[in-house]
Amino acid sequence: MMKRVYAKEEVCAGCRLCEVWCVVAHSQSKNIIKAFNEEFPRPLPRVKVEEFGPFSFALQCRHCQDPPCIEACMTGAMHREGLEGPVLHDADRCVGCWMCIMVCPYGAIARDETIKKIASKCDLCYGEEEPACVAHCPNEALVYEDRGE
Amino acid sequence: MRFSYIEPEFLVERRLERCIRCQVCVRQCAFEVHTYDEASDTVFEDSSKCVGCLRCVTYCPTDALIVRQNPTTFKENANWTGRVIKNIYKQAETGGVLLTGMGNDRPYPIYWDHMVLNASQVTNPSIDPLREPMELKTYLGRKPDHLNVSVKEGKVKLETKLAPQLELRIPVLFSALSYGAISFNASKALASAAYEFGTYYNTGEGGLHRDLYRYGERTIVQCASGRFGVHKDYLQAGAAIEIKIGQGAKPGIGGHLPGEKVSEEVSKTRMIPVGSDALSPAPHHDIYSIEDLRQLIYALKEATRYEKPVSVKIAAVHNSAAIASGMVRAGADIIALDGIRGGTGAAPTTIRDNVGIPIELAIASVDQRLREEGIRQQASIVAAGGFRSSADVVKAIALGADAVYIGTSALVAMGCHLCQICYTGKCNWGIATQDPYLEKRLNPEIAKERLMNLLRAWEHEIKEMLGGMGINAIESLRGNRLHLRGVGLTDSELDILGILPAGR
Amino acid sequence: MRYVIIGNSAAAIGGVEGIRRHDRDGEIILMAKEPYATYSRPLISYFLAGKVTTRQMAYRPSSFYKDWKVTPLLGKEVVTIDTEKKLAVLDDGEEVAYDRLLIATGGVPFVPSIEGREAKGVSTFTTWDDAKRLRRMAKGLKEVVILGGGLIGVKAMEGLQSHGVKITIVELMDRILGLVLDATAAGILERKLKDGGVRLVKGTTIRKIVSGEGDKVTEVVLENGEELRADHVIIAIGVRPNLSLVADTPIKVNRGILVDETMRTSVADVFAAGDVAEAMDLLSGEKRVIPILPTAYRQGKTAGEAMAGRDTSYLGGIVMNSVEVGGIPAISAGIMNPPSEEGFEVKRYLDRKKGIYRKMVIKDNRLVGFILIGAIDRAGVYTGLIREKIDVSPFKNRLLDLDFGYIDFPKDLRTYKLSTVYM
Repeated sequence: MMKRVYAKEEVCAGCRLCEVWCVVAHSQSKNIIKAFNEEFPRPLPRVKVEEFGPFSFALQCRHCQDPPCIEACMTGAMHREGLEGPVLHDADRCVGCWMCIMVCPYGAIARDETIKKIASKCDLCYGEEEPACVAHCPNEALVYEDRGE
Repeated sequence: MRFSYIEPEFLVERRLERCIRCQVCVRQCAFEVHTYDEASDTVFEDSSKCVGCLRCVTYCPTDALIVRQNPTTFKENANWTGRVIKNIYKQAETGGVLLTGMGNDRPYPIYWDHMVLNASQVTNPSIDPLREPMELKTYLGRKPDHLNVSVKEGKVKLETKLAPQLELRIPVLFSALSYGAISFNASKALASAAYEFGTYYNTGEGGLHRDLYRYGERTIVQCASGRFGVHKDYLQAGAAIEIKIGQGAKPGIGGHLPGEKVSEEVSKTRMIPVGSDALSPAPHHDIYSIEDLRQLIYALKEATRYEKPVSVKIAAVHNSAAIASGMVRAGADIIALDGIRGGTGAAPTTIRDNVGIPIELAIASVDQRLREEGIRQQASIVAAGGFRSSADVVKAIALGADAVYIGTSALVAMGCHLCQICYTGKCNWGIATQDPYLEKRLNPEIAKERLMNLLRAWEHEIKEMLGGMGINAIESLRGNRLHLRGVGLTDSELDILGILPAGR
Repeated sequence: MRYVIIGNSAAAIGGVEGIRRHDRDGEIILMAKEPYATYSRPLISYFLAGKVTTRQMAYRPSSFYKDWKVTPLLGKEVVTIDTEKKLAVLDDGEEVAYDRLLIATGGVPFVPSIEGREAKGVSTFTTWDDAKRLRRMAKGLKEVVILGGGLIGVKAMEGLQSHGVKITIVELMDRILGLVLDATAAGILERKLKDGGVRLVKGTTIRKIVSGEGDKVTEVVLENGEELRADHVIIAIGVRPNLSLVADTPIKVNRGILVDETMRTSVADVFAAGDVAEAMDLLSGEKRVIPILPTAYRQGKTAGEAMAGRDTSYLGGIVMNSVEVGGIPAISAGIMNPPSEEGFEVKRYLDRKKGIYRKMVIKDNRLVGFILIGAIDRAGVYTGLIREKIDVSPFKNRLLDLDFGYIDFPKDLRTYKLSTVYM
């Protein structure tokens, strides 16, 4: 039983503020102007808005119960905190083999080649009360709730 | 015309040091004011396209945008103002009728702002709404001329059969906002908020969408001159039926929904072809006299077995009092008066800004006339047309209204920024649009929450004001003009309003 | 309850984690030939290149055995299993009794009988020790010949390249990575290799290894007659399941140890998983050895759960690979190169200048295989389509597009997949 982020595509305005604030949340300064204008390399957003015509929604790691990425990870960089909790990624152990990208059925993992080659994905803003994308969605198109899964 | 003489109405400014090129403004502006140039990594703006809806300003995560009136001015001229000059340019360039949305924005006097309320001091104790019960419940419908009761073994029984009534938690209800003029999400928000709060909303000329039938017991279904969406189930679905003769924003002409806003769903609900302009005829072509009106009122009552009140809505015009008297005698259970500041999704600007009278004067004169004729109890008066706050509501009731319709306030509660371009169908806030790209921007859950919050807030404020006046029931305020005083009004205005000047 | 696991790599660790999911207290004894705590086999090429340190070779944290209550017996080789008495016999004679046994011994490199293969300077490349040895030697090496242009050979090459060694790859097929790529895809990577100074000799193999003074390798002679100078030869043709352990047991084997969908072998209480096992292939519906890490882990986990009393169904694995050659990423899965395209619908996109190649193989409106070169983002979405046998006809024409995603799925499918949690 854990809280996850779910998207409500009927009310997604396609504004991508979720992506913007995800970058800020993973920046050094946590200041939106500095994160975008002064920090290099800019951190990657871990959530991605898919859009076609009037349809759009944000998609990020589902923090699966039986994560294929943990199975495929050859260094143990992908791991879960305890028995329940988000699936986290240890950048120090990652060697950028892209096995996780190969198996994630949601395509939720991206290649981060800004400094060294590592995988990049949502960490549910581990340690924070609420993920940044949920907190900043202006239309409540992202909710953070426990659906008993 | 290739070259326009019209300078942009608004100036869009970007504080470059704060811009992070996130392009939210680019994506969110339906008028394409902002564009991103990848080569220079800069966002540019074309102020000429800006309508002043403030979507980009609100969504910009770094508050980098400012939108203000273009400071460029014509040479000062009290008669030939910038607005008047630009309107002539527009017509010279297009040959068209100037269209606009929302309500009259000209500086006619706002009588609400010239009336003040009383408060109890010393002679009559004020009542504390948090500590004592306060009755705001309002019934709309025909009231009996007298009550017959029978007493049997000490128990009192009401013998008089009461006409059907609408029961409202507070004397405020949502005005006619047609589905088509507003989006489905907006309609749903209004319907569900009214339903949950305990008041009513009005379908306007758009008919009732199938998915909203479940809120039927809190819906007033409107029968307008175009008869859009009017069929048997529709009439049965509502709690009351309203015959719309006219509306405050455009007295004398019918409703107008541009073809761009007639989507598949709107077409089904209104029973007209997709993409066709929905132009309501100016009159109901079966109502050419007061007798015809009586005939329609009773036809509707027959069709619904006399179980629902029938309301008749007119725009407030010069002889509203006489018309209202005729309507009551024709069998209307509710008279809805819509003043010159009433809103609309689309109307010719000249009509919106120049036709009709302020609702304050209309309420007073209609209430006065009905009382004089001894028929005031035969119909409830609901007033509409630019009610902006709970104070306006309280004053309206003191003047004689039974309840108040809010339209613009409801839209603003949902996010409307009064940029008045509703007729384009490109409402950036997802309210006055059928465009699927834009409609989803109005989250019906959030909008419902906001509407209910507004009603709750006004409910509390009304109680505070009543308590301050030493009143604990809205019924005691109704038509009680002694609680009002006028400030800065002429003698004739005071006379028409039926109030004393402050100080007397 | 005593669980005994033979092996210490992905399948074995999967086994531990599978058992512990349902049984926190049962005793687990893990035995492995190599003396190291569990390390990541695929990382040996990175180690050879100097890209990871010893500490980073670990597949699980150093506290793993303690945290999961496992007794590791490392550096101990199991030589035989007595399935009747339920004993595992070690090389020092010690007998370890088991209630449930998991055989996760992996694969051993296949060394063909080439004349001269006993010379000094001929090695395989499958263990950490192999990588350590090569790394020590690397400075002194000038020219290396790698036999086999498959995954192991290519990874060995990448590992050595950073040491400035001149490398020649000898591959029997007409292309490198022949089992996981088609000619077009391999061609893009081969061009990059050549640009990087690696020599590629295709369509032949080594006939003879020639040694000189002190029995050290000096050159190899190919079947096509060519002679190549070499200080070192790496045999990297492939691995075979390590079946020596079960040879004298009634455990049924084919190419690997045969297992059912719960990873049970033909003998009660004996399970097998990983490179040593022959389990269901999702696409062919037949059993097959699929020696890749994600499969090994999942099989191990399934075995572990079944050993602890919770049977789940292993529906089957698919072949899949992710490799980067010369900086160009390549991901492929399933039936990515059918020998005949009859009955298949194959879609291709090629942009040589950008180094992008994408190929989709469809059968009966189901995606059965794909190859992605260069543009590999979100490859897993395709893997998911294969695994779940989703009808791709509504969006067939979008599969090749770089921005293909969940937006292309029919709304019902998308809502279902995003509002429920995977597996």
